[in-house]
Amino acid sequence: MRHDADGRREFLRRLAPLLPAALAACGWDGGERLQPVFDRVIGFNNRIGERLQAVRHGGVATDQVPRGTMPAYYVSPELPRLADPAGWRLEVAGLVRRPARFTLEMLGAMPHVGYTVTHHCVEGWTVVKPWRGVPFASVAAMVEPLPSARYVRFDSFDADYFNGWDIASAMHPQTILADAHDGQPLSPEHGAPLRLYSPIKLGYKLTKYLTRITFTDRKPGGYWEDRGYPWFAGL
Amino acid sequence: MPEVAGPGAPAGEPPRRHGGAVRLTHWLNAVFLSGMIASGLQIYTAFPHIGSKGLVSGVPNPFDANRIGQLPEAIRLGGWLAGGLRWHFTLAWPFVLTGLAYVLFLAFSGEWRKLLFRPRDVPGAWQMTRYYLRLQKDHPPQGKHNPLQKAAYTTAVLLAVVSILSGFAIAKPVQLGFLTALMGGYELARYWHFVAVWAFIAFTVTHVVMVFVADPASLRAIVTGRYRGRFPDAP
Repeated sequence: MRHDADGRREFLRRLAPLLPAALAACGWDGGERLQPVFDRVIGFNNRIGERLQAVRHGGVATDQVPRGTMPAYYVSPELPRLADPAGWRLEVAGLVRRPARFTLEMLGAMPHVGYTVTHHCVEGWTVVKPWRGVPFASVAAMVEPLPSARYVRFDSFDADYFNGWDIASAMHPQTILADAHDGQPLSPEHGAPLRLYSPIKLGYKLTKYLTRITFTDRKPGGYWEDRGYPWFAGL
Repeated sequence: MPEVAGPGAPAGEPPRRHGGAVRLTHWLNAVFLSGMIASGLQIYTAFPHIGSKGLVSGVPNPFDANRIGQLPEAIRLGGWLAGGLRWHFTLAWPFVLTGLAYVLFLAFSGEWRKLLFRPRDVPGAWQMTRYYLRLQKDHPPQGKHNPLQKAAYTTAVLLAVVSILSGFAIAKPVQLGFLTALMGGYELARYWHFVAVWAFIAFTVTHVVMVFVADPASLRAIVTGRYRGRFPDAP
């Protein structure tokens, strides 16, 4: 190691520009040791988001101007379609006093709400479209969840796609079980016959192709959440 | 730390130019900002357009994938969207805290007087520009930083503020909807977030080029704190 001024200057001149390049190398995901660090920080961020939502009780304007086109996203190799649509039931069970099974007709007969709101995908795009459905809170009222039920798990028939919500967000007045989109009955592209919809969480939380809703006291994971996406995902 | 020009320093001692707080925050944030940009570019890759799904916005975006294809993996950090998000929302903390520490240091030490670009700096900035364009021969007198440097460094802090605020507007468009609305809505908030990045990159390139072209000794000074170059500070 040269100790003179020129040598040090040359060394530093070479080193400084490399620092950013060393970090930005080629799509590095951080490696094994950093994942738990990320998990803890993201979990912390989630809890702040949950607090923020609890404090602000944010809802959204329900008469927004339609914009863009909803794509058809699913994880099965092909667009999920019911082989026997008439046989579809929504099971609602778990930590509830009166578990129930709903047909599409039963849900269709319940009071509906409609709104036109902004959909936010975690990818960074938005779409504004009308949605219509039964408030989740109405279905919850019928099955009477126990006080110990802090979470709600949503299962689907799109491969193993599922996820879980905090019960506060599920009971938010703008969270619905949607059976219509853009003025039409829900199509397979958009999660037929029933999907979860809400303007307060990112799109991947709004489970399509619903089959079962389970009230639980254990925090459910989720298809994308288990792969590293935020769990609370509140907007 | 008092600024000591050559003649007033203890014999043989190069003058102190940058204190520890400035040097530490400078290099830390060089690293953190690089990580924020690289992970941000990974996130951008998930939807490399400005606008809604199926409706690309009219704002100028030279980095739309329809125009330039996907950004090279070498400059992206995270590997995929979840990886990019985890880096981005983890590094955000040290980035913001370091920046805050720097701004607080500037405010409480009085160092802001040497850095902040003010209306009285406009004539000097014009003179420096003429000097760089070789329209005038003599280097205008300057203090620690010349007016163009002040403009650049002041802009860098403003860019950080814009990128952080627009980041919140994108991340919490419902709970911080007032902020998102202030920026012109979600699509535009996301756009300003990217504009800040382009400006940061332009700043960094200019900054590094100027260090080597105008005064390479300044690189050593921002590492060791002592200046051994051609331009001792004006009294």
